[in-house]
Amino acid sequence: MISFTLRRLAAFVATLFATSLVVFLVLEVLPGDPALLMLGIDAQPDAVAALRTKLGLDRPPVERYLVWMAGLLRGDLGISHTYGSSVSELIGERLVLTLPLALIAMALTTVIALTLGVYAASKHNTIGDYGVMTATQVGIAVPNFWFAILLVLLFAVALGWLPAGGFPGWSEGPIALKSLILPSFALAVVQAAILARVTRSAVLEVLREDFVRTARAKGLTRTQTLWRHVLRNALIPVVTIMGLQFSNLLAGTIIIENVFYLPGLGRLIFQSINQRDLIVVKDVVVLLAAKVVVINFVVDMLYAVIDPRLRTAR
Amino acid sequence: MKSDSFIMRCLRQRNFVIGLVLTGVVIAAALLSYVWTPHSPTRINVPGRLALASSTHWFGTDHFGRDVFSMILVGSRNSIMVGIVAVTIGVAIGVALGLLASAKRGWVEDLVMRMADFTFAFPAILSAILITAILGPGTINSILAIGIFNIPVFARITRGAANAILARDFILAARASGKGQIRIVVEHVLPNISNVLIVQATINFALAILAEAGLSYLGLGTQPPDPSWGRMLNESQTFLFRAPMLAIYPGAAIMTAVLGLNLLGDGLRDALDPRLARAR
Repeated sequence: MISFTLRRLAAFVATLFATSLVVFLVLEVLPGDPALLMLGIDAQPDAVAALRTKLGLDRPPVERYLVWMAGLLRGDLGISHTYGSSVSELIGERLVLTLPLALIAMALTTVIALTLGVYAASKHNTIGDYGVMTATQVGIAVPNFWFAILLVLLFAVALGWLPAGGFPGWSEGPIALKSLILPSFALAVVQAAILARVTRSAVLEVLREDFVRTARAKGLTRTQTLWRHVLRNALIPVVTIMGLQFSNLLAGTIIIENVFYLPGLGRLIFQSINQRDLIVVKDVVVLLAAKVVVINFVVDMLYAVIDPRLRTAR
Repeated sequence: MKSDSFIMRCLRQRNFVIGLVLTGVVIAAALLSYVWTPHSPTRINVPGRLALASSTHWFGTDHFGRDVFSMILVGSRNSIMVGIVAVTIGVAIGVALGLLASAKRGWVEDLVMRMADFTFAFPAILSAILITAILGPGTINSILAIGIFNIPVFARITRGAANAILARDFILAARASGKGQIRIVVEHVLPNISNVLIVQATINFALAILAEAGLSYLGLGTQPPDPSWGRMLNESQTFLFRAPMLAIYPGAAIMTAVLGLNLLGDGLRDALDPRLARAR
């Protein structure tokens, strides 16, 4: 287990390093002059020169990269060109919204998908199974931002039960939570459609195994066998897809936060692009990419916990 | 004879037939839009804005008075074009890398797979944001972003499928006849994994359409005045209370295209691998 963890950890650190390097090269070296890109081609030469000095662009790229990395490790991400405040603070303020949104959406995804997937597998080749399969096939094809708009049309425009967008801040308690209901459903339902299909296939596969018959023979009910024995053994592909989906969820929040005008990380990066604030774009992109890498690492480690054979297999 | 039986096998798959019809409708709409649209999709007619569906404007008009049906028709071109080019980029580079990894093994395989792992850290939307931050928004840049995201998908699938084929007896026979590894991979492995690649290409085509719609929704994809389904959805949001149907048509168009391609992919997979169809 130790050697497995160390190998995964080495790959994890190498991927994180490569990710930061690519983001740095793309945003700071490729464009030629990032200062000109940020200020626009009509900018005064002295303003461009001042920004170049402020951004440290007169120093060699290697030095700039090392300074940036050291800052990232210390949590000092520099000062946003547009907002004039610390990027770490900006990200912190926005994460308070984005992270709970992604977590609620992931929890909803898991509950909906496991319930539907196990149900469909237990009712294999019946109307219930066909119904779930058809619904998930349609669910996969629905863009989450369109589904979000449909939810707004129904629950905000037609019924008036929930807000169409905006976020009042966590100090508002239940009202804040209420404003996250539609966004998290919009994120979850489409993802759940994919995960439900994976769960169904994995459960069907395991249901054919001999130990399932043994479990039934020793007196467990069908439901007990399904949830206690079958689901655990079917979890490997399910957890793989869940890992990928959590990464997708973080990317999905970029669009969904824009649909609902939520002041999260997604909206921050979108606004920063429009304002050409490369400092914020660079830090947020590397943060989001790092999250994907971290999630993949956690999923790898989870495999080893769920299936001990994998610790020695690699 | 062989191709006949394959077509029949496909046509016996319900998913394939439904997928073929839906995809056919979208392709037909795209082709039709080159020769005919009821109105110009870019012609602004402010007095006739937000009109309801009628015999003149089948899907009504948008906030600029543009004909929504014509915009949907022309928008299909954009989606299909982005899908084709992005998948071609993914297939061309990804399959070549996957085959190289499989043929050479050792450090080449490790390098290619680590690169694939690394590229997975950038979902299409993140690579699009990076590209857009430098080059600005646009159709070509969104195609690039989605294409880059497709490369590791095809590299991984190709390498996995190729390694399985390379372990088969007929490869040993080919090697005994004096063929080199690269030649074996191109002549014997590639034809044997083409089924898997075709199915994956269909699925990624659908994903590319979804990704392009998302990028256009954010304003990072296709730019005005070219109509795109994603941007139509974005613009419809401002008028949800006054003209809710504006949000329905483009979304339904995206769903039709994606559902069609997904079903086509499912049907093809079942027809190409009947064992899988029985198992499901």
